[in-house]
Amino acid sequence: MTYSPIDRAAAKTPDGVARRIRGLSDRTIAWIFVAPTIFLLLAVNIFPLIWTIRLSFTNFRVNRPNNAVEWVGLRNYERILTDPDVWNTMQATAHFLIWTITLQVLIGFTLAYLINKKFRGNDLWTTIIVFPMMLSPAVVGNFWTFLYQPQIGLFNYVVAFFTGVDPASFSMIGDVHLAPWAIVIADTWMWTPFVMLICLAGLRSIPDSIYEAAECDRASKWRQFWTITIPMALPFLMLAVLFRGIENFKMFDLVVQLTGGGPGNTTTLTSIDLKREAFEKWRTGYSSAYAVILFVTVFGLASIYVKALNKVKER
Amino acid sequence: MSFSVTEPTKGTKWFAGILVVAYACITLVPLLWIVATGFKSPVDSIAYPPVVVFEPTLEGYVNLFTDRTRATEDMLEAAGPPTTWYDEIARERGTVISGPSRYGQRFLNSVIIGFGSTALCMILGTMAAYAFSRFKVPLKDDLLFFILSTRMMPPIAVAIPIFLMFRNLGLNDTHLGMILLYTAVNLSLSVWLLKGFIDEIPVEYEEAALIDGYTRFQAFYKVVLPQAATGIASTAIFCLIFAWNEYAFAVLLTSGTAQTAPPFIPTIIGTSGKDWPAVAAGATIFLVPVMVFTILLRKHLLRGITFGAVRK
Repeated sequence: MTYSPIDRAAAKTPDGVARRIRGLSDRTIAWIFVAPTIFLLLAVNIFPLIWTIRLSFTNFRVNRPNNAVEWVGLRNYERILTDPDVWNTMQATAHFLIWTITLQVLIGFTLAYLINKKFRGNDLWTTIIVFPMMLSPAVVGNFWTFLYQPQIGLFNYVVAFFTGVDPASFSMIGDVHLAPWAIVIADTWMWTPFVMLICLAGLRSIPDSIYEAAECDRASKWRQFWTITIPMALPFLMLAVLFRGIENFKMFDLVVQLTGGGPGNTTTLTSIDLKREAFEKWRTGYSSAYAVILFVTVFGLASIYVKALNKVKER
Repeated sequence: MSFSVTEPTKGTKWFAGILVVAYACITLVPLLWIVATGFKSPVDSIAYPPVVVFEPTLEGYVNLFTDRTRATEDMLEAAGPPTTWYDEIARERGTVISGPSRYGQRFLNSVIIGFGSTALCMILGTMAAYAFSRFKVPLKDDLLFFILSTRMMPPIAVAIPIFLMFRNLGLNDTHLGMILLYTAVNLSLSVWLLKGFIDEIPVEYEEAALIDGYTRFQAFYKVVLPQAATGIASTAIFCLIFAWNEYAFAVLLTSGTAQTAPPFIPTIIGTSGKDWPAVAAGATIFLVPVMVFTILLRKHLLRGITFGAVRK
């Protein structure tokens, strides 16, 4: 006969303690089970957040611990919101967000629609398509700089092969106009499968009987697509957009490795700008205020969006 | 033969299949390029036009795992003939191996921190998920939403006070600090996913066990855990992959002893210009395990990436 560790632990527990454990109410057990998680999250997430908010009203600098810390009220916030450079990074972020989401939704939905035609081997190919999104964005982003090299890079070679332009004549990362697109392309390559997977689940959730009924009513395929497929897959599509939106608003690893925010500030997304302020210029108070603004923005936009999503679901 | 109006025609299937396979092949090119570059010589790696057929060499891997110094003729002679195959590869380039590089240690850090945080995350996550799934926890929905919302914060935004806090506690650049941090980051995922998996186990099993005289703990341990085993395993793999891939915290909070591979791989440089075969070799070793895990996970992928919001 074998004993599990818990049996052995139970056998060794003194009678009095054992009785007390056995007598624990469900309510107590619930708290014992939930408390460590809540405690850890409070310590590593909420406590730092409160600290950030506090710091955001000061002129504290980590690299000058001996300077007197002064309360500056809302001055940090005022400076950020009136700084044209900050608005430029916001613009770069918006460009990145809009284009990555548009491309990923279009390509991802098309792929899901095709995969849902249930050709042989579709499971295998779905798994292969998913690979990029599971990999480390920093490591992959670093390698994309190699693909983007003018003259020797594979990307430039392929573009040159199809269009006939000189592969040494353009640099995806070094050019002010091309760099914002370089990060859009890499991100789309990486995250389109994410949108695809969610859309696929949406398409598969539509019962066949609805299409059968539509066939009986002689609705054309085109009409079926717009009146059945799209409306029924819409909540899933919106969920995919929500996830990608939050993730890409926070985007740091892929882009910092690809372009480092350059050339100039053309691909300086807000997270990259924040990192510079906080860990290169060491303006701790200022960057804390910056962080609070970003957090409020994500949280605010996400909650408005979730409300809209719930409305669509209820329909 | 049965006929269904919703079954696509053979022609449609072929058409869809060809387009999807074409996309898959294009999307695989960068990944295959990483693997291939790892086996190229430095000259082949920067050849134009890019070479597809080349003589494979392990030079990239040797350069990845060793530090080398440029040697003069006299030094080479004094060192005697090469004793190992990797010595030989280094000698061909006029260098001698001076010792192991830091890559092995960085990789080991990734393993320690990845597995450590996953283990801790699974213990805490399973307990919390069980409680949320089975008991009336006051403010349950608020707590669950709070747990999820911790994931929305940009990592850089909380990194400032975490950096200060870790410095005060002496946790900066330590394995323990990174394990605790990644555990906290992954808890939202593990609680939400596991709650979904445990919700699917009928309560009747436990009720039967309780009537048979099991205590709550025994019922949890002997009835619920075995039933949730697949769910727990796939959640664990998700946590492991996220910890494995994490970059922002790693680059800000570690620099030496506890540095993981993602911040280290991009810093690999050769003696003359960037040593792309070595970078590619490092990336290959780092990425291939994740691809294997992805294949294992394929049934639960969707659930994992949407925090259990979408189930197939």
